[in-house]
Amino acid sequence: MAGAKFLKFDTQTLHAGQRPDPATGARAVPIHLTSSYVFENVDQAAALFNLERPGHIYSRISNPTVAVLEERLATLEGGVGAVCTASGQAALTLAIMTLMGTGGHIVASASIYGGSRNLLAYTLPRFGITTTFVNPRDLDGIRAAIRPETRLVFGEVLGNPGLEVLDVPSVAAIAHDAGIPLLIDSTFTTPYLCRPFDHGADLVMHSCTKWLGGHGTAIGGVVVDGGRFDWEASGKFPTLTEPYAGYHGIDFAEEYGPAAFVMRARAEGLRDFGACMSPMNAFQILQGVETLPLRMRGHIHNTRKIVGFLEEELYSEKGAVAWVSYPELADHPDHALAARLLPHGAGSIISFGIRGGGGGDGGREAGRRFIEALTLFSHLANVGDAKSLVIHPASTTHAQLDAEALAAAGVGEDMIRLSIGLEDCGDLVDDLKQALRAATRG
Amino acid sequence: MPLTDLTDLTVRGVPVFVHTGGRPLDPARPAVVLIHGAGMDHGVWSLQSRYLAHHGRSVLAVDLPGHGRSGGEPLGSIAEIADWVVALLDAVGLERAALAGHSMGALAALDAAARHGGRVEAIALLGVAERMPVHPDLLAAARAGDPSAIDLVIGWGHGPRGHGGASGGGCPVPGLALIPAARRLMAAVRPGVLGVDLAACDGYGQAADAAGAVGCPALLVLGAQDRMTPAKAGRALASRIASSQVVVVPQAGHMLMSEAPDAVLDALAAFLSLRRD
Repeated sequence: MAGAKFLKFDTQTLHAGQRPDPATGARAVPIHLTSSYVFENVDQAAALFNLERPGHIYSRISNPTVAVLEERLATLEGGVGAVCTASGQAALTLAIMTLMGTGGHIVASASIYGGSRNLLAYTLPRFGITTTFVNPRDLDGIRAAIRPETRLVFGEVLGNPGLEVLDVPSVAAIAHDAGIPLLIDSTFTTPYLCRPFDHGADLVMHSCTKWLGGHGTAIGGVVVDGGRFDWEASGKFPTLTEPYAGYHGIDFAEEYGPAAFVMRARAEGLRDFGACMSPMNAFQILQGVETLPLRMRGHIHNTRKIVGFLEEELYSEKGAVAWVSYPELADHPDHALAARLLPHGAGSIISFGIRGGGGGDGGREAGRRFIEALTLFSHLANVGDAKSLVIHPASTTHAQLDAEALAAAGVGEDMIRLSIGLEDCGDLVDDLKQALRAATRG
Repeated sequence: MPLTDLTDLTVRGVPVFVHTGGRPLDPARPAVVLIHGAGMDHGVWSLQSRYLAHHGRSVLAVDLPGHGRSGGEPLGSIAEIADWVVALLDAVGLERAALAGHSMGALAALDAAARHGGRVEAIALLGVAERMPVHPDLLAAARAGDPSAIDLVIGWGHGPRGHGGASGGGCPVPGLALIPAARRLMAAVRPGVLGVDLAACDGYGQAADAAGAVGCPALLVLGAQDRMTPAKAGRALASRIASSQVVVVPQAGHMLMSEAPDAVLDALAAFLSLRRD
């Protein structure tokens, strides 16, 4: 008999979660800028409030425009459902708050976005949730850091900004041995390059602001539920397996099975913490998701060309590049792992250092001259824009880290982080070339 | 006196899990037993059970033996499942109950109503047909525990709401994705169970006769886009039942409860005369 047929990834980026608007026939996703929704009658209102019927009540909890994006991202990741949030940071916070309370402990990769590190290292301890940071390549260290009160293992597929590749299948196995889930920040790779659920992860989050939106316009985040983790068997997650007074004693795992986490995250997390995504932002991000495959192919094409140029500089006698890090390079420590987990490309972030910065400042001054000489690359705190971007992590995104933490995160004083956009590659190379000359002229 | 606490419920000595829709059983209320389909569990009723429990009914959304949180082995025939449902009523202390079944569960509800008429108040049959033949390749894949069997069931089982595309798409529950959710639900079922269930559906040839023997009122809820149990075949079955009504849900495939939860609830509410508590 014929095999099962499902729409393919590229098609789903355009169609998942949406049909032409039944009221108007609108083909594009309408922007539902409404705070609330008229109830059909008193019984329907009561049923919606008691989770007896599905539907929209108030746009802090759900909104039809945002729901299209949520279903589309869940479909692209292969997850059972998703909750969109005001930002990527809100997504991480929502995931953590859904899983644990005071006394909870997290084991996190030391190579993560500086903002995530701030949340885990400095802010959450104030609420009784602590984190142990571990080198993402140290699998034994990750295992050893897990304690009886650990409720989550957290890492990024591609570390920021060091580009360490996380061995997702092995880390997932370590987490599962301890009866806890693995949350992956997949912002740098998007589901086009990597679907962490296929490699054993349980939850996935993104800053949608980056490659999913893709145009540097709208802030947003999402947390996606893989639906595979057995909360009941773990016994460590009363928020999902015990009656919740907030909805008349509902037991989310019993009621919703594989969708327990995502239903609680919405019903409690969005309702009470309120960090919802605006429908305008959801619309902007949806426009980006519709061209995700095209853009990611373009990002990867340009990134490989730029890596090639930087390597030429690295190996030429008068070249200005001291080192280049990109997981597809043969000398990258995670080269083999990247080939396995990221066969379609290892993202569009490159980090490198400038040779002969001099001045005994570890290359910081050469980096400053380089960044200020660039004309096409924009110097700003973002990645994943259609336009090419540059930043000096040690003085900006990771500035809150002390020297030891910077070293643990793989952030050197001389590190320059490039986010490669979709411009003509020749123009990008020309810009890098002239800026490197300016940086090394002294 | 019926039980109100089903925590340690056993049927024929085997532990059984029953979801009661978020509130305990109330002996004063009429009961409705929700019977899931092949390779599923009580979770397929998650968009109905809570509503029913808050609208005048005691709800027993069961995990059949070998499924979900229940113990034991899956039952090998529709008649065995029907008899087990009656044994469940005995174990709980219920003289009568309405039965609502989906797919394999619908055949079991039909069979129970035909052979145990005194115990069945009414039947609601969702995604049902006179015959449910299963393709030999699917049966073989399910018996072997091949994941392609799950993909075949959910691929064929969903209509445009699940598959999306130019005319469909859009899960009724904000933020959920129908096909991945169904895949995870079925993947959680123990190996080999789907094969036993599908063989039970394939082997049941008594639906037409059973329909003729049903004395209680029957509701059939059919998906207009159902490719597993086409609405036409459901109507044929309904025509053999003395007192039956048919609701055909537009745009819905075989997975009616998740594809069209409100339409299913509206049909059940009218049929069972539900009123808010």
